[in-house]
Amino acid sequence: MALYSDKVMDHFRNPRNVGVIENADAVGEVGNAKCGDIMTMYLKIDNDIISDVKFETFGCGSAIASSSMATELIKGKPISEALQLTNKAVAEALDGLPAYKMHCSVLAEEAIKSAIKDYYDKNGIEYDKELFAEGHDCAHCCDV
Amino acid sequence: MIYADNAATTKMSEAAIKRMIEVANENYGNPSSLYVFGQRAKEILEEAREDVAGIINANPKEILFTSGGSEADNQAIISAAELGKKKGKNHIISSKFEHHAVLHTLQKLEKNGFEVTLLDVHEDGLIRPEEVEAAIKDETCLVTIMYANNEIGTIQPIKEIGAICRKHGVVFHTDAVQAIAHLKIDVEDQNIDMLSASAHKFHGPKGVGFLYARKGILLTNLIEGGAQERGKRAGTENVPGIAAMATALKEAYANLDENAENTRKKRDRLIEGLSEIEHSALNGDATKRLPGNVNFCFEGIEGESLLLLLDDKGIAASSGSACTSGSLDPSHVLLAIGRVHDVAHGSLRLSIDEKLTDEDVEYVITAVKEVVEYLRGFSPIWRDLTTGKKQFIL
Ligand SMILES: Cc1ncc(COP(=O)(O)O)c(C=O)c1O
Repeated sequence: MALYSDKVMDHFRNPRNVGVIENADAVGEVGNAKCGDIMTMYLKIDNDIISDVKFETFGCGSAIASSSMATELIKGKPISEALQLTNKAVAEALDGLPAYKMHCSVLAEEAIKSAIKDYYDKNGIEYDKELFAEGHDCAHCCDV
Repeated sequence: MIYADNAATTKMSEAAIKRMIEVANENYGNPSSLYVFGQRAKEILEEAREDVAGIINANPKEILFTSGGSEADNQAIISAAELGKKKGKNHIISSKFEHHAVLHTLQKLEKNGFEVTLLDVHEDGLIRPEEVEAAIKDETCLVTIMYANNEIGTIQPIKEIGAICRKHGVVFHTDAVQAIAHLKIDVEDQNIDMLSASAHKFHGPKGVGFLYARKGILLTNLIEGGAQERGKRAGTENVPGIAAMATALKEAYANLDENAENTRKKRDRLIEGLSEIEHSALNGDATKRLPGNVNFCFEGIEGESLLLLLDDKGIAASSGSACTSGSLDPSHVLLAIGRVHDVAHGSLRLSIDEKLTDEDVEYVITAVKEVVEYLRGFSPIWRDLTTGKKQFIL
C-alpha cells in the first residue's frame, strides 16, 4: 500500500495556488524549521470574500498537499466560512492522511487562521480572541 | 528504476538466489537429524561457516549464524554486558551515531544498572580513538563502535580503537553491517573481538546474518531451546539462507577491489555534481567513506518531499528527515555530526553499487538539481534565506 492516497499525491505533485501574492491583504505563517514544516498563506480579501489565496510550504509531501487542499477549500469563500475550516476537513478532502501526518493538516488550518487574524489586526477589526487561541505554532512537537 | 538505496537493502545476486533455491530443493533435511540426508544439510551449514570465517580471518567456531544484523548486535552487547557483570564491571562505551539495534540495546542495559558513555562524533563523521581511550575506566566491559555508518558511510578507525581496547583488556565489538563486503576485514589484524554482519546488505537474503565472537567470549543466548549453534542460538537453522549468504559474501570478496574502485568513481562524480547545488553540504568525510555512500544536506527543503519527487523520476533513495522516519526528530546521525534540525530535515542519502551506469549517475545529478530547485521555489525558508531575513547555515 502506498503511504499516501492518490488525492494527497495529486495535490503534492501538482500543488494548487502555489506562490506569493504581492501586496496581499493578509499573510499568515506557522510552523518552524526545527520541526520540518513551515507554511505561509497569502490572502487577497474583497468585501470579506477571499478572492485569492496562495501558499508557500517547506515540508513533507502531506504538508504540501494539505496547504494546497486548504487553499482550494477557502478560495472564493467568505472569511467567516474560512474560519470554520478544520484540519479534519482538510484531511478528509485529501481522502485521509496517515495518523502521524495529521499535524500537517493542523498546520494548514492554523496557517489560514493566522492569516485571517493578520487581516483583522491590520484593519482594526474586532474579533473573538477565543477563535485564535489554540495557535500552538508547532512548539509542542519539539522542545524549541 | 534507478536503485540508490543499497544501504537499506540490496537485490540478491543471481548466484545467491541460485544457491538458495538449490539448497531448499535438494537439501531440505534438518541439520540436527542423524541420517545422511540431514547430515548433508549440516555439512552445507559448516561449509558456509568456513567460508564466512575465512573471509574475515576468523575460526569457523567463532561464527554464530543469526537472523541478521540486529540480532547479532543484541547478542554481542548483551553477552559482553553479562560477562562484565560477573566481573563487577558495568560500564559500556559506544557512540551517538550507532544503529538503533545498538542504541536501544544499550538503553535497555542502562535501565538494568549499566552506565553507558556515548561518544560524540566529530563533524567529519569520525570517532577519535584517543577519545575512546579517555573514556575507558576500570569498570568498562565493552566498547562498541560501528565499522561504517549506515547513513553517512564514514569508516571508523577500527584497528586503532581495537588496539586501545586490547591494551586495556576491554572487549571490542563492531557493527560491520554496512562495511562488510565493501572493505577488507581481518579480525586478527584489526583487534576485533566481536563483529555483526547481515546478508541482505551484500546481495544475500534478508533475515540472515552472523555474529563473530572471539574464542573465549562466552555468549549469552537470546533464544533458548535446542542445541543448534553450539547451544548459543536455538532454532532449526536457515540452511538455504545461510548457504546463500556465504555465496554472496564470497562473490563480493572475489570482486572487491574492482567493485569498490568502480563504485567509488561514481560516488565521487555524484558528490562533485551535487556539490554544484548552492547551499548544500556533503555529510561526512569525503574520502573516509564507503565506496557507495553519498549523503547531502540541501538547505531550505525537506527530505521527504525530495524523495517522493525523485521516486516520480524513477529514483529510489532515502533521507534522514523526521518525516521519513515517522518520528518528529530528524536523523540522530546528522544531529550527532552537528547538523542543526533545520538543515538535517533536508538530507538525501544515495547508496549506490557498481551496477549504476555513468548515464544513471548523470541522470541522478540532473534530477536532484531539478527537484531541489523546484522545492526551493516555494519554500518559505528559502525565501527568507535569499531575501536576507535569515542567515544561510550551509
Ligand atoms: C549499521 C546497521 N546495523 C544493523 C542493521 C540491522 O540489520 P538487520 O536488518 O539485518 O537486522 C542495519 C540495517 O538496517 C545497519 O545498517
